[in-house]
Amino acid sequence: MDLTADFFALFGLPKTFRLSLSELDSRYRDVQAQVHPDRFANAPEGERRLSMQWATRANEAYLTLKKPLERAKYLLELAGHDLQAESNTAMPADFLMEQMEWREAVMEARTGGDHHELEHLYQRLRGDIDGRYAEVAALLDDARDYALATDRVRRLMFLEKLLYEIDDALASLDD
Amino acid sequence: MALFQIAEPGESAAPHEHKLAVGIDLGTTNSLVATVRSGIAVCLNDEQGRPLLPSVVHYNADGSTVVGYDARKDQAVDPKNTIVSVKRFMGRGKQDIAHIESMAYDFVDAPGMVKLKTQAGIKSPVEVSAEILKTLKARAEAGLGGELVGAVITVPAYFDDAQRQATKDAAKLAGLNVLRLLNEPTAAAIAYGLDNGAEGVYAVYDLGGGTFDISILKLTKGVFEVMATGGDSALGGDDFDHRIFCWVIEQGKLQPLSAADGRLLMMRCREAKEFLTKNPEAPITARLSTGEMVDLKLDVATFAEITRTLVSKTLQPVKKALRDAGLRADDVKGVVMVGGATRMPQIQKAVGDFFGQEPLTNLDPDKVVALGAATQANLLAGNKTGKDDWLLLDVIPLSLGLETMGGLTEKVIPRNSTIPTARAQEFTTFKDGQTAMAIHVVQGEREMIADCRSLARFELRGIPPMVAGAARIRVTFQVDADGLLSVTAREQTTGVESSITVKPSYGLSDDEIAGMLQDSLAHAKDDAMARALREAQVEAERMIEATEAALAEDPHLLNEAETARIRNAIAKLQEAAAGDNRRIINIAMDDLGFETQEFAHRRMDQSIKKVLSGRKVEEIGTGDEE
Repeated sequence: MDLTADFFALFGLPKTFRLSLSELDSRYRDVQAQVHPDRFANAPEGERRLSMQWATRANEAYLTLKKPLERAKYLLELAGHDLQAESNTAMPADFLMEQMEWREAVMEARTGGDHHELEHLYQRLRGDIDGRYAEVAALLDDARDYALATDRVRRLMFLEKLLYEIDDALASLDD
Repeated sequence: MALFQIAEPGESAAPHEHKLAVGIDLGTTNSLVATVRSGIAVCLNDEQGRPLLPSVVHYNADGSTVVGYDARKDQAVDPKNTIVSVKRFMGRGKQDIAHIESMAYDFVDAPGMVKLKTQAGIKSPVEVSAEILKTLKARAEAGLGGELVGAVITVPAYFDDAQRQATKDAAKLAGLNVLRLLNEPTAAAIAYGLDNGAEGVYAVYDLGGGTFDISILKLTKGVFEVMATGGDSALGGDDFDHRIFCWVIEQGKLQPLSAADGRLLMMRCREAKEFLTKNPEAPITARLSTGEMVDLKLDVATFAEITRTLVSKTLQPVKKALRDAGLRADDVKGVVMVGGATRMPQIQKAVGDFFGQEPLTNLDPDKVVALGAATQANLLAGNKTGKDDWLLLDVIPLSLGLETMGGLTEKVIPRNSTIPTARAQEFTTFKDGQTAMAIHVVQGEREMIADCRSLARFELRGIPPMVAGAARIRVTFQVDADGLLSVTAREQTTGVESSITVKPSYGLSDDEIAGMLQDSLAHAKDDAMARALREAQVEAERMIEATEAALAEDPHLLNEAETARIRNAIAKLQEAAAGDNRRIINIAMDDLGFETQEFAHRRMDQSIKKVLSGRKVEEIGTGDEE
């Protein structure tokens, strides 16, 4: 294993979207326990540098695999499907329409200071997003249909951003 | 246990001897040093049995210094030459310092960091802090009977890069080998968690003399994981003194005060604050040099009223940190209180109300940070600990970014990223034929550059002329385990490279440190050259010892030729270290470092494979490990 090994290999995990988070957590900690700079505080300069590189890599890997959107994007990247290159492609009209409706609802609840409605929108969107991840899991792990998965992941990028904005609105009402 | 050991040349005669390491809490008001003795963390006291060292430095005309309680006596009579709360000036420009108008010092606005004019010359906050650290180092070495191998120095979690760098520079100037800069709330969590076998999510509310930190940590068996941190590096107990001070001026209708009167009154205000932690009412009396008498009484309710905005100012970062951690107040299992200022009853009540539970105060809030730092220092120095091994995963408190077009910030590393961390971002040229690119590194959360702290500016030159947008400039940020940043820029199509450790604009250059070191050593009648040589020899010994240990542990990772080359490099380094030429020692160390590079890689690889394969065995249920 070297610093260029993929993130799944680094933690000895299968290269799949479906992933046990508790397993990821414990493997991340096991790897950090070996490579963390605190283990090399008194070591020669070269080893300290190496340890910093490994620990940096382990942190990057953990952060990528922990979040489903990042994990899906990473799997597509490993499969040679670049999301960035395709990000200029227009989204279907019905999806964009749906997005606008969501945004209007959020804006309305936010300006009206309607905490309850925001909370409701958040839960509804959360449920919608979870369903879509189940679809992405089937496309990536079972059907291996990366082209369709790319489309679904791009939609999720929009939705995750929207979810974050609702959370932002909720926090601003709390202050 | 063998009483006599026959050591091979180059092997340490006692490889498992206890290494002397300390934890230092370099506080705004007070500083402490602690160590682990027979498995227990203890503070080291001064000759009078006092653990605290007031963070006060008095400069005499001949350049000598008085530090601590004795210096504190001088502050009312000679305020200009008696520096208190210097931590507030670390890594700070003149415009960053609050209440500067009520301070008695002669400030000199130097680039990056403010300096102070004393009768012993112009002093940087780094030099003043180094005096405090030197005093603690001497206390530790006298108490432990030997030279320290290293120290863990604590910093507020919310300290930015410039403040951290200044702290590390001060430690270097004091002749300390810094094993790690450790965040104060994290240090407290170590002391608390290891003592109480705590598991779950904890909040550490740390209100010191001049800084406020909140950290949210997840404690699981053997792992301290910081989930989020926040705070205010210019808010602390001092501000409560200042509120009382303003109240006294207003109530007593006092005329503008002389420096000495101001300092005297400020001391009385601090005493009143402390008195109010245990009493319903505090008298404030002082005879000013003008003959005026101050004679007032401050009760708890009034004190709470005049400091209400300060208390609520601490709760904003608490909310933000919880949100960053994705948690709510009732997810927190316990709230650990740190810092002398948390003794104030209005703080205890506000924090208790916010979290819906009584804060934990079973550890001395003055000592807990130093004790945690000592425990970590002991582990980092390589001493076996009585308790289980633990792992500490900390975060960076503020986002790091770059200036882009229009004075906007482009975030490269978001706050609360686990360290060490690195992130690369690509930029391009915006003019045809552009051959240089200015890179401006900033830290902070705001969108406008002007609202963030400027850390460094540098230029990448020698970009071959291309049309606008054709060059690909990759800027890489690397934050190490101390939370310190270095930045590299590289033009991808040609490989033109430029790198910087973020120091020049707010920190001190290595030359400046060397200069200060020489100055201070001249006073101590020591020889800077001899000390540098001694340091190189110690480093060489350490390196030889570590390499020998690695060779003994993993001989199978090397073939005969590789082993021979490493042994040869060790022998050369031994020879160099026996001599008195520092340059030759450094070259021999570089050579050994080069020869062992691949070996280090293989060892790292092996250790990861081992820990992962151990898990697989366990998974299929045939493992007998654990």
